[in-house]
Amino acid sequence: MSPPQPALLTVEHLTMRFGGLVAIDDVSFEAPRAKITAIIGPNGAGKTTVFNCLTGFYKPTAGRLALRHPQRGECLLERMEGHAIPATAGVARTFQNIRLFPGMSVLENLLIAQHNVLMRASGYTIGALLGLGRYAAAEQRAIKRARYWLDRVGLVDRADWNAGNLPYGDQRRLEIVRAMCIEPVLLCLDEPAAGLNPRESAELNALLSFIRDEHKVTLLLIEHDMSVVMEISDHVVVLDYGRKIADGTPDAIRNDPAVIRAYLGEPEEEARP
Amino acid sequence: MGYFLQQLINGLALGMIYGLIAIGYTMVYGIVGMINFAHGEIFMIGAFISIITFLVLGLVGVGWVPLALLIVLVATMLLTSVYGWALERVAYRPLRGSPRLAALITAIGMSIFLQNYVQLLQGARNKPLQPVITGGARFLEGGDFTVTLSYLQMLIILVTIGLMVGFTMLINRTALGRAQRACQQDLGMAALVGIDVDRTISLTFVMGASLASVAGLMFLLNYGVIDFYIGFLAGVKAFTAAVLGGIGSVPGAMLGGLLIGLIEAFWSAYFTVEYKDVAAFAILVLVLIFRPTGLLGKPEVEKV
Repeated sequence: MSPPQPALLTVEHLTMRFGGLVAIDDVSFEAPRAKITAIIGPNGAGKTTVFNCLTGFYKPTAGRLALRHPQRGECLLERMEGHAIPATAGVARTFQNIRLFPGMSVLENLLIAQHNVLMRASGYTIGALLGLGRYAAAEQRAIKRARYWLDRVGLVDRADWNAGNLPYGDQRRLEIVRAMCIEPVLLCLDEPAAGLNPRESAELNALLSFIRDEHKVTLLLIEHDMSVVMEISDHVVVLDYGRKIADGTPDAIRNDPAVIRAYLGEPEEEARP
Repeated sequence: MGYFLQQLINGLALGMIYGLIAIGYTMVYGIVGMINFAHGEIFMIGAFISIITFLVLGLVGVGWVPLALLIVLVATMLLTSVYGWALERVAYRPLRGSPRLAALITAIGMSIFLQNYVQLLQGARNKPLQPVITGGARFLEGGDFTVTLSYLQMLIILVTIGLMVGFTMLINRTALGRAQRACQQDLGMAALVGIDVDRTISLTFVMGASLASVAGLMFLLNYGVIDFYIGFLAGVKAFTAAVLGGIGSVPGAMLGGLLIGLIEAFWSAYFTVEYKDVAAFAILVLVLIFRPTGLLGKPEVEKV
């Protein structure tokens, strides 16, 4: 066996307070490299708040969010500017309520995710206006990458559609592949299976496994759908009222008394009429 | 017939100037959702930088008109862009995310500040410039009315069309333009795909200012006299043009500018010159009542 690799993301003592409300209280966990880590917990447990801290929407009250980027070394996410988190640290995310650019075409949604590469190739726009070949070539590469991902999710035929006009399930998949076009090392998915039917859920599982296995991307997943969580995740972190109550493999979590208590309540309370 | 044609030409040339300014209003509104009322002053500063550069060139002895025009054009675009950039950086960026009213009041404050700044530095008197481009092509000679398309009007129309084509390409074909459109739709999400939102907004102000500075140069050449107050009326008319075309829409701003220019020209020709501003602003009122989204604007859909 090879020596264990250090985890891609290490969250240490993350705390987020909004005035008197403690949304996250001293949470620590790790997301192993090229694995799927699911964060589960009842509503209001602070799962989305963890994501908002990771992606720069919130500045954490305390704690350290260290990401070991394979090429760029250690990035401390809590100290980075909003746009540098995807651009430099390689963290991409999707939302519970889908946030595509609805007025742009499906293809453009994927090209916009490759903005920084294109911007450099265009000589910061001046080259592109002069019609230099280098920009055209970069644009072609960007379109090729977009096509690759559209192929994956079966949206090639709809590349020219307005993203806002796609059916719901397609919008979810498009949002995930848009995040992949950033070429992230860490992909944070906020309830990707919400509102999907069982067949679409199965397709989603296949897509996420593909991203993990073929592209070696580390996934962080917030999910309520236990079929998704138990089937594809390698590691599960359970939050309740802003605290971590369990952390382990799906099988261990399934039988953890603390988790059962959080989800189903205290057994003696339930016995009462 | 000749008279009508002449007014059409005059209106087009005037409308092009309004259109160039209106683009600045509409782009900034599209991205940050505020009306930059200091934009008219940026136009005025562009005109002042143009006249100063002309005078300096005259002193140095650059007499060949095309070369002088080119130098003035580049100088005013560059220097006015710096004003546009600084305006955003100093006055608007610190207020991003605050209520719209705060940004609006700041914009009005910056407008007053810039007017007084120029008045203090340059004096309140009119600044004349002797005609740089004279002559023109004449049509329908021998009829009851000789139509003149002056070389200056040709220049205004050609330069404006050139700038608008280049600008449309920038918005639709380049990575920067795509980033601007993305910011227009969802600033937060744009940052999450790695777009430097602050820089994109800065560049939007820079572009708006450089287009307004060209309008300032055209205005100076066309009227031959400027003062520190020209930004107010031209700014409000360009704003009317942006609303008429549909605020947030770049082709709308161009169309709106042309329409306002034509309305003004025809009104002055067939009715009374004194009421030409009333005509332009009556249009603003009518548009706001009957078609608040403008000619090419999209109705704002409330996000649920």
